Amino acid sequence: MSENVKVSASPHVRSNMSTSRIMFFVIIALLPATLYGIYQFGFNSALLVAVCVAVCVISELVYEKLMRAPVTIGDLSAVVTGLLLALNLPPNATWWMAVIGSVFAIIVVKMLFGGIGQNFMNPALAARCFLVISFTARMNNFVYDGVTKATPLASIREGNPVDLLDMFIGRIPGTIGEVSTVALLAGAVFLIITGVIDFRIPCAYLVSFVLFMGLFSQSGWSIPYLVAQVCGGGLILGAFFMATDYVTSPITKTGRVIFGVCCGLLTGMFRVFSSSPEGVSYAIIISNLLVPLIERITVPKCFGKGGEN
Amino acid sequence: MRKCMERLINGLVKENPTFVLMLGMCPTLAVTTSAINGIGMGLATTVVLVLSNIMISVLRKVIPDGVRIPAFIVVIASFVTIVELLLKAYIPSLYAALGLYIPLIVVNCIILGRAESYASKNGVVYSAFDGLGMGLGFTFGLTCIGMVRELIGAGSLFDIMIMPESYEPVTIFILAPGAFLVLAFLVAIMNRIKLAKGKDTGVGGNCDDLCRNCPNTNCGGRGIAGKE
Repeated sequence: MSENVKVSASPHVRSNMSTSRIMFFVIIALLPATLYGIYQFGFNSALLVAVCVAVCVISELVYEKLMRAPVTIGDLSAVVTGLLLALNLPPNATWWMAVIGSVFAIIVVKMLFGGIGQNFMNPALAARCFLVISFTARMNNFVYDGVTKATPLASIREGNPVDLLDMFIGRIPGTIGEVSTVALLAGAVFLIITGVIDFRIPCAYLVSFVLFMGLFSQSGWSIPYLVAQVCGGGLILGAFFMATDYVTSPITKTGRVIFGVCCGLLTGMFRVFSSSPEGVSYAIIISNLLVPLIERITVPKCFGKGGEN
Repeated sequence: MRKCMERLINGLVKENPTFVLMLGMCPTLAVTTSAINGIGMGLATTVVLVLSNIMISVLRKVIPDGVRIPAFIVVIASFVTIVELLLKAYIPSLYAALGLYIPLIVVNCIILGRAESYASKNGVVYSAFDGLGMGLGFTFGLTCIGMVRELIGAGSLFDIMIMPESYEPVTIFILAPGAFLVLAFLVAIMNRIKLAKGKDTGVGGNCDDLCRNCPNTNCGGRGIAGKE
């Protein structure tokens, strides 16, 4: 009898999920979109992906060596940051923009605030915004098939029609990773099934965004318009891969819903009322800044403290 | 004379208003888009600081304690108005660049801070040197920030293009976020230099300063325990 009962100290529930495993899953989930982007936009986008990933990893390594801190590049989080940054760059961005963005993401946004787990906003998105503010013309120059074209979001803003099937497959101008909705969704389904991301954030994000657009945009509840708004721009990429970043999203389930709604409303506000047709990156990093406040109002009650007396 | 020099050094290095005291952050962040603007703002503040320190030091026995703050503000505001009108008349380009921030010198906390903590307690000459040191320290800080921001954000220095033709300016540095970034990095560098210097005496060595001015955070107050 006694050999069947083994008493040991907690934790009793074990999981083989580790940071590097989660990051590896995210990289796998991003592969379809990355490969599609490289296939569609050609060599320069492959170069950008390689430069971003390499510079992110090297920056983290060099910073940790200089600070004599434990080296954490093995957890692959720098690879994910670099990959996400590359997917957020226009395909004809220059390599030095990728270098500046990667160094900013890792050194300023991540390492100066304490490294993995401590950054207050998504490093890849912060770097994208840094680049958009600094090199506005280059970051908004989308070349497709050798010609500079307006993104679908800019087209529907002007009132021009867009081909929804093209938008779904990805035959549109845009940043390297955002164009193909179907490739992104494949990765997103993989992440939800493996339990890496919580469906609450993207669902709350997309639902609140669609509601906002239906209520406040000039086209109202027109289905093709709403589908184009969801498939266009970085919304899918942002909702499934960047808003769900563990470090910069709330812990509790209620908090995650609130966070998703914040992202959705801000994205809608930027897309309808701002001068730029796109606003996903700003919406997510502003919501990142709200996370400490969301956490504060969604702290679960201690056992025995809740309910009526 | 030694004390005058000590006041100068104090303002420039030991209690530099920008990098150590962190006072007057509004003009520091807002007008330092170029080195010229930084120098202009710094010098305008220096003039006001020296004159108001002198005036307040002269009047320190006359001003009743209960109304000293309004009295200081009136003195400071008068000098700011004089500086503003002079700038408008003789350097209109600088006046246009600094805009609203010239009248806002009135509420710069460095000036009121020096009036309250030094000029109202000390003699005229010392107060003048205190104001000069603080003002030059402020000018130094603003010029440093302005130079870095102008160099990275516009590729020029004092309006002279010095970066090569192919250099593409990182515009964010002459916008508001760049001000915060540059200030943070410069303060970090200053603290690093100070920390390196502080190590020479060793933790718990014979420092004779107050802890709040000391950059050595490793000491934890042990060095002068019981002194303050």
